[in-house]
Amino acid sequence: MSSWTDKRPMSPHTTIWKWHLTMASSILHRVTGVGNYIGIFLVVAWLFATAVGPDYYEPLSGLIGSIWGQLILFGFTLSVSYHAINGVRHLFMDAGMALNPKTGSFLSGLVLVLAVAMAVAVWLLSGLVPGVDPLNMTGAV
Amino acid sequence: MSKPQQNFRTPLGKVRGLGSAKHGAGHFITQRVSAVALIFLVPWFLISLIGAVRGGYDGALAWVADPINAVLILLAVGASLYHMRLGMQVVVEDYIAKHSTKAVLLMLNTFVCIVLFAATAYAVLKIAIA
Repeated sequence: MSSWTDKRPMSPHTTIWKWHLTMASSILHRVTGVGNYIGIFLVVAWLFATAVGPDYYEPLSGLIGSIWGQLILFGFTLSVSYHAINGVRHLFMDAGMALNPKTGSFLSGLVLVLAVAMAVAVWLLSGLVPGVDPLNMTGAV
Repeated sequence: MSKPQQNFRTPLGKVRGLGSAKHGAGHFITQRVSAVALIFLVPWFLISLIGAVRGGYDGALAWVADPINAVLILLAVGASLYHMRLGMQVVVEDYIAKHSTKAVLLMLNTFVCIVLFAATAYAVLKIAIA
């Protein structure tokens, strides 16, 4: 910040701060929060297009079905998964639990793994991955 | 020992009128209350929506038209928008130091969330009530 003239020490900044899991987790929570903010535009657009009619629904559906649309959709799934699972961790921390450094690091790592697992599981189980549909969600015989 | 200081704010700070807006606790609590609601609403929304997308346009219409789905969609999207407005407010307050920019962005954040909710409410009510 160029307008900052105060010479006193500033709080640690990400560029000069040693990376550790709880820090990454905190940053990721915020990044995924902003990601979900952007992602919900897609959800609202989908609902709105459904209400307006097939002339709007079909093009949007095609866009989401494209390779870029699918990438964005998977990113959104991952973002929601992470923010949701880490949000639960935050609720426990708000209640005064799971605050010591070891537990914090362990749970930060666990949340990361669980979030990826959840996003991948949602896609595999719901038949969103072409050719993979263990629960026969797409209704194919 | 001297008398404990009652007010830590400097005269300059008082003149500028900055500092606590006395809304911190309310913000903290409502952020968490909406989070708890979303723990239940988001998984339902995710699973239910994927099923709805399967049926193409007609499937989507039928999904929204279902009374229980309609109410849950409004709750899920409504709670999400409420939660994300509070979250984005903190992000703006944290990173934007310039007052005018901050004020404009906070207002924009509110408008965006309300517009998205209005669009959702229109869509769901139109389909579910028609």
